[in-house]
Amino acid sequence: MAIEKIFKDDASEEKGERARMASFVGAIAITDLVKTTLGPKGMDKILQSTGRGHGVTVTNDGATILKSLHIDNPAAKVLIDISKVQDDEVGDGTTSVVVLAGELLREAEKLVAAKIHPMTIISGYRMAAECARNALLQRVVDNKENAEKFKSDLMKIARTTLSSKILSQDKEHFAQLAVDAVMRLKGSTNLEAIQIIKKPGGSLMDSFLDEGFILDKKIGLGQPKRIENAKILVANTAMDTDKVKIYGARVRVDSMSKVAEIEGAEKEKMREKVQKIIAHGINCFVNRQLIYNFPEELFADAGVLAIEHADFDGIERLALVTGGEIASTFDNPESVKIGHCKLIEEIMIGEDKLIHFSGVEMGQACTIVLRGASHHVLDEAERSLHDALCVLSQTVNDTRVLLGGGWPEMVMAKEVDELARKTPGKKSHAIEAFSRALVAIPTIIADNAGLDSADLVAQLRAAHHKEGCNAGIDVISGSVGDMAELGISESFKVKQAVLLSATEAAEMILRVDEIITCAPRQREDRM
Amino acid sequence: MALAFDEYGRPFIILKEQDQKTRLRGIEAQKANISAGKAVARILRTSLGPKGMDKILQSPDGDVTITNDGATILEQMDVDNQIAKLMVELSRSQDYEIGDGTTGVVVMAGALLEQAERLLERGIHPIRVAEGYEMASRIAVEHLEHISQKFDFGTTNIEPLVQTCMTTLSSKIVNRCKRHLAEISVKAVLSVADLERKDVNLDMIKVEGKVGGKLEDTELIYGITVDKDMSHPQMPKQIEDAKIAILTCPFEPPKPKTKHKVDIDTVEKFQTLRLQEQKYFDDMVQKCKDVGATLVICQWGFDDEANHLLMHRNLPAVRWVGGVELELIAIATGGRIVPRFQELTPEKLGKAGLVREKSFGTTKDKMLYIEHCANSRAVTIFIRGGNKMMIEETKRSIHDALCVARNLIRNNSIVYGGGSAEISCSIAVEAGADKYPGVEQYAIRAFADALDSVPMALAENSGLQPIETLSAVKSQQIKENYPHYGIDCNDVGTNDMRQQDVFETLIGKQQQILLATQVVKMILKIDDVISPSDY
Repeated sequence: MAIEKIFKDDASEEKGERARMASFVGAIAITDLVKTTLGPKGMDKILQSTGRGHGVTVTNDGATILKSLHIDNPAAKVLIDISKVQDDEVGDGTTSVVVLAGELLREAEKLVAAKIHPMTIISGYRMAAECARNALLQRVVDNKENAEKFKSDLMKIARTTLSSKILSQDKEHFAQLAVDAVMRLKGSTNLEAIQIIKKPGGSLMDSFLDEGFILDKKIGLGQPKRIENAKILVANTAMDTDKVKIYGARVRVDSMSKVAEIEGAEKEKMREKVQKIIAHGINCFVNRQLIYNFPEELFADAGVLAIEHADFDGIERLALVTGGEIASTFDNPESVKIGHCKLIEEIMIGEDKLIHFSGVEMGQACTIVLRGASHHVLDEAERSLHDALCVLSQTVNDTRVLLGGGWPEMVMAKEVDELARKTPGKKSHAIEAFSRALVAIPTIIADNAGLDSADLVAQLRAAHHKEGCNAGIDVISGSVGDMAELGISESFKVKQAVLLSATEAAEMILRVDEIITCAPRQREDRM
Repeated sequence: MALAFDEYGRPFIILKEQDQKTRLRGIEAQKANISAGKAVARILRTSLGPKGMDKILQSPDGDVTITNDGATILEQMDVDNQIAKLMVELSRSQDYEIGDGTTGVVVMAGALLEQAERLLERGIHPIRVAEGYEMASRIAVEHLEHISQKFDFGTTNIEPLVQTCMTTLSSKIVNRCKRHLAEISVKAVLSVADLERKDVNLDMIKVEGKVGGKLEDTELIYGITVDKDMSHPQMPKQIEDAKIAILTCPFEPPKPKTKHKVDIDTVEKFQTLRLQEQKYFDDMVQKCKDVGATLVICQWGFDDEANHLLMHRNLPAVRWVGGVELELIAIATGGRIVPRFQELTPEKLGKAGLVREKSFGTTKDKMLYIEHCANSRAVTIFIRGGNKMMIEETKRSIHDALCVARNLIRNNSIVYGGGSAEISCSIAVEAGADKYPGVEQYAIRAFADALDSVPMALAENSGLQPIETLSAVKSQQIKENYPHYGIDCNDVGTNDMRQQDVFETLIGKQQQILLATQVVKMILKIDDVISPSDY
């Protein structure tokens, strides 16, 4: 009797070497896919969605690329997951983390081929990762005390992050934007307070940070277009019919005249509600829900500016900037906090009319208006800016800073190499491999920039042999340069997250010796 | 392969493909069953021990799970064969009963089946084999009791517990910080344990995970976390000395269950109804306020208006809190769950020293921490980790560690791990075999051989020479009459599991042997498999 078949028909099982091979191949394929986007001279990818309209995205953001891929290989899924987590957690380094994990696996593959047990490799990697982290910890710069210096650190980080994105041409401008925006948050990491509005037209350089608040809405007809010293009531209430909410209530009438009466009562009710709102002494009313024509007219009559259908984030932000509260009942006007701002006016950006609130009380929130040639450019610019904002807001919390340009990798590689020399046993091969994987990152950066990576990395390694060296790859001039002078910095938190999650992911994949795939669930074809 | 002829005299092969098989009987059936059971055990064999490997499991929807927890692997494996399903059940029952050793039990059963196959080939009746196994398992369980040791621990001396949990965790991916996690698990179990009654309600320990950060950031919170945020963005984010009203009724007008109609036919009725509605909201909020609550936790949603009223009266509120969490909050804070506003009284409020909202990462991820509760019996283990699979695996590992700690509190006997208990049992069973007259003797010997397979798998997974290592350890045990020699998986340099501090719980081990024997007996008794033919 042949070996019993124990799985369902379409389920498959791969064991030992084959399973390991499958995961290595999958992980390395993913790495090769995103590796060309790494570094300041990295290239972009076009992603075409399979959904309706075949929308196109142009990006070099690792997380965005990987998120849109449909992958079947389980190991590749692990890598996609770490990139996603990196995006959620620190916002940047999404490509680096995948590349590092991939390189670690590539090195591990060689070791496995040389008959070293995966568990030995794992324990070597662990030691190496710990050592690398300590090496970084020793070299961090923390300028928390010195506000001036810290700000310049932030600028440097912003510039470094942006230089690998589409915004690199105008990185100075955008770095300033991002730093200003983050400084306004005063230490909170809630990026919701920074609103990004995209308006096609103009050039990227025309983008600007607005201290006030811009709402992408139109002002109702016949209402004032400009209000000075505005008193704003932010509300979330139904301004259409205001149903009776008691269950089971319904209107039942037996003649036309009664219908008219009820209708009148309804109108009366709405009028009362509007009166109550107006009684707050406001001259601007912003509602999350629709405002029907009738109340709108009432507001117009009272000279109150009414804005309908602001989205939820919009009103939350508006409440935050103006210092008002979001109200849903209007019976006690004296205790509702009303937001203030100096000036509300309708402004034009490109072709569109927007409402601009300026001179707001609390300066925590702000708006960045992005201008650019096309939707694709704007989308990519938004992602880039988002990355920069994330990194900056994280850096504000954890103020430790490192140099960039392949410097941290070389520092770590050097320490790890030394550890390898001191460690007896097979583990030392794994530790050495770890350091090789680290060096792969500057190599890829150089390769992507069309430089002679072998030569540059060798120079870099030599330079790092001296204590306290600041050498990194200067992609612009194509040589080894002093990163401190060039002002290329990275956040410690990002680097640490890259290192740890990449090692964790590599470890996870290495530990696997069997892949069991269940039969795919049958889907009904709705075509 | 059976051959048959159809009505035209052409030969065709019955039982050619597995798919067309409908019936197997006699020794054929037993062999088929045994090989199915062995196939399952073979999959798990490589996951055993501190150097065991993981498996990737891809679910029908394409989700990936990476684990080396036996129960989880089998659960997700999409098994079709009936006998394989029995093995899955076996591992699951070990999981429910003990929580740990789910891999070991399957490997054990696989080894028993393998030995049984050999005996069947010699013509021994399966029932005799089953009976022999039964006797042998009795010897083994008794012997385990004999070599087990009691140890003392208290709320101050948790070291032995931590050590045992560490043994469990060392085979998982989290072994990088097993010490940290073991301590957390033990502290969590001790804080909810009822030492008098020797009982632990594991429901009081909530294991929550959130991706991001690193494994070392995993923490034990003496309180509850709820994956929710305040219902209104402008409510205070931190409340000290909170008095919590725990409600299971929505902040909405009531919906009477009986069928009714409220007909509005005049303007006056319309007006009164409106007023009444407003009063409703006002009353609800006022009632909460009147009893002195400073935080409202509600299982249902709020109406926008109610939300604003709460905000307005400076009464922070959380909505859409799940039933289980609600119960935990009630236990932790000493409050009562109140189903109706009318029944709200000051005594029914829960108390907590600190309630705060904490945000994570760059996305809008917020969690609510309820700490310093009146009754600190409910705790939460909050796991951080690099990716989703890591968190899931850590959750499973922590669950195992918690179960082990609980078992120790119930029964503080331990045996030593690293295969030492199995080897020692094997020796005892082997010696006991000679006393039995009859065919069963062979089955008992076979059982002893099967016991050896666990340490053998351990040695194999650790990259040692399995047979050589096992025989060396065995002879050492007999020579020095010391049952604590085991397999040195971590290459520490000593075989003495006592020095290595590798413990396992006595009941866990006993259960493994008993369960494995039972399932094998059941499988051996089957001599006919009838499965419906494919359509």
